[in-house]
Amino acid sequence: MRLDGNAAAGQLRELFAMDVTAAMATCGACGTRRPVGSLLEYGQAMGVILCCPACAAVMLRIVRTPASMHVDGSGMAMLVIQV
Amino acid sequence: MADEPFIARGFHSRRQTAPPNRLPPGQYETRDFPVLSAGPTPQTSLAEWDFRIEGRDGTAMRWSWTDILALPHETPTVDIHCVTKWSKFDTRWEGVSVDVLLDAARDAGVAEQPFIMAFSDGGYTTNLPRADLTGGKAWIVFLYDDALLVPEHGGPVRLLVPHLYFWKSAKWVRGLRMMERDDPGFWEQLGYHDRGDPWREQRYQGDP
Amino acid sequence: MKWTVASVVEVRDEALHAKTLVLDVPDWPGHRAGQHVDVRLVAEDGYQAQRSYSIASPPESRQLELTVERIDDGEVSPYLCDVLHVGDGLEVRGPIGGYFVWDVRDAGPVLLVAGGSGIVPLMAMMRHRARADANLRALSEMSLLYSTRTLGDLFYLQEIERLVEEQNVRAAFTLTREKGDDRRGYHRRIDKAMLTDVGWPPSHMPRSYVCGPTPLVESVARTLVELGHDPSRVLTERFGPTG
Repeated sequence: MRLDGNAAAGQLRELFAMDVTAAMATCGACGTRRPVGSLLEYGQAMGVILCCPACAAVMLRIVRTPASMHVDGSGMAMLVIQV
Repeated sequence: MADEPFIARGFHSRRQTAPPNRLPPGQYETRDFPVLSAGPTPQTSLAEWDFRIEGRDGTAMRWSWTDILALPHETPTVDIHCVTKWSKFDTRWEGVSVDVLLDAARDAGVAEQPFIMAFSDGGYTTNLPRADLTGGKAWIVFLYDDALLVPEHGGPVRLLVPHLYFWKSAKWVRGLRMMERDDPGFWEQLGYHDRGDPWREQRYQGDP
Repeated sequence: MKWTVASVVEVRDEALHAKTLVLDVPDWPGHRAGQHVDVRLVAEDGYQAQRSYSIASPPESRQLELTVERIDDGEVSPYLCDVLHVGDGLEVRGPIGGYFVWDVRDAGPVLLVAGGSGIVPLMAMMRHRARADANLRALSEMSLLYSTRTLGDLFYLQEIERLVEEQNVRAAFTLTREKGDDRRGYHRRIDKAMLTDVGWPPSHMPRSYVCGPTPLVESVARTLVELGHDPSRVLTERFGPTG
């Protein structure tokens, strides 16, 4: 079951302290550049998994445990946020 | 500023109608079978599918789909528990015991190690102690409820380790890799527990 | 962005299986059409459930409106539809979202495609356009294509028909589980022909907003791109089967 970056907007806002769904994200694997809101979201209840809509590579992973927030952004080469 | 939660009038947690000794702590029973994934559903044809047990030194044992079908089958009926708090009772599966596969690999010269990484099509991985895959506790399964396991639930073949949280029962499993250390898999890298015993509520790293 | 306790001002029937909640949110910072809020329910024993709901009311409205579809064995929607009443408090957090948003000052034709409850954020956009002055409205022609299973599943039908009459909005419906003559609309899944009928050619550079269940959203977005629309002007929001 997949959704998109809009479904992760609340969690991303906790991480970035601003909305990033309109921010442009570059896939580290294939170089495709898309708004975060259009990335494919798979994690749902377990965590946020955002994947590239062009090549399906994992771009961003976030898990919230009671004590911490784990963030793996290694699949995202660049994120550009208009402020 | 005090962070007092606001209690919603008349809102209750789901009713626990299940017998108390069947539900691990913090779980509720569901009658559906929710689908949780970490990525797109792989589509692997049985002709190209194989299952491997890999040693640390490059040794491996490999089974094709027809090889797996030729092994003795079991039909476990088990309760399953997801870390997202739903439990489903009496799920029915058919597959091959992991003991059979590990024994065959050992006899073929693949040296045993204390930890195992299960790996799947699509890149999913999950780590487990080897002891949690032996002694009749784990299977690789290809039928669910008497029908071929559908891709969204992990078909053609998934791992089934029902005594641990269900993220350990890797969907689309393609093999087991022997490990000397308990290296973390996909969810474990992000803070989920290395073992995941629902009866001890081992959801996250650091849970005793 | 913290949780705020909103006050329920009204609960009204919206469709056969949906209610609209009208909320007074203290210190509400304002929002944009297309954004959503998170709603949180906490039980006395500490048990929590959280869901996201698109905001149905336009930015111009002082009170916040959410339209909730009641899912039978859901955890949150039956509470919001059956238990919550006027005077109760409801924890909300938001507004959230900066991608799937529309402002009437983004001039140009707008195609709205809704599947099921995906109509909610698009209704906020239609209502926002209706409140704008006539000059701005004239620059943003709007066309809605709304797909549900049956007539009883349509939200806001009378209001949409009024917008068609009074505001020069175009609206077409497709009921996928009902057979019937095509007097009042289509009776099939959204396809190329339908999108060509209700939308604009790519040369007009419309912005498209597609919202609803994942399979519909992906099929429509793909079809719009196949028709020649610029992918960066096709915005999508997938709804999951939340209860």
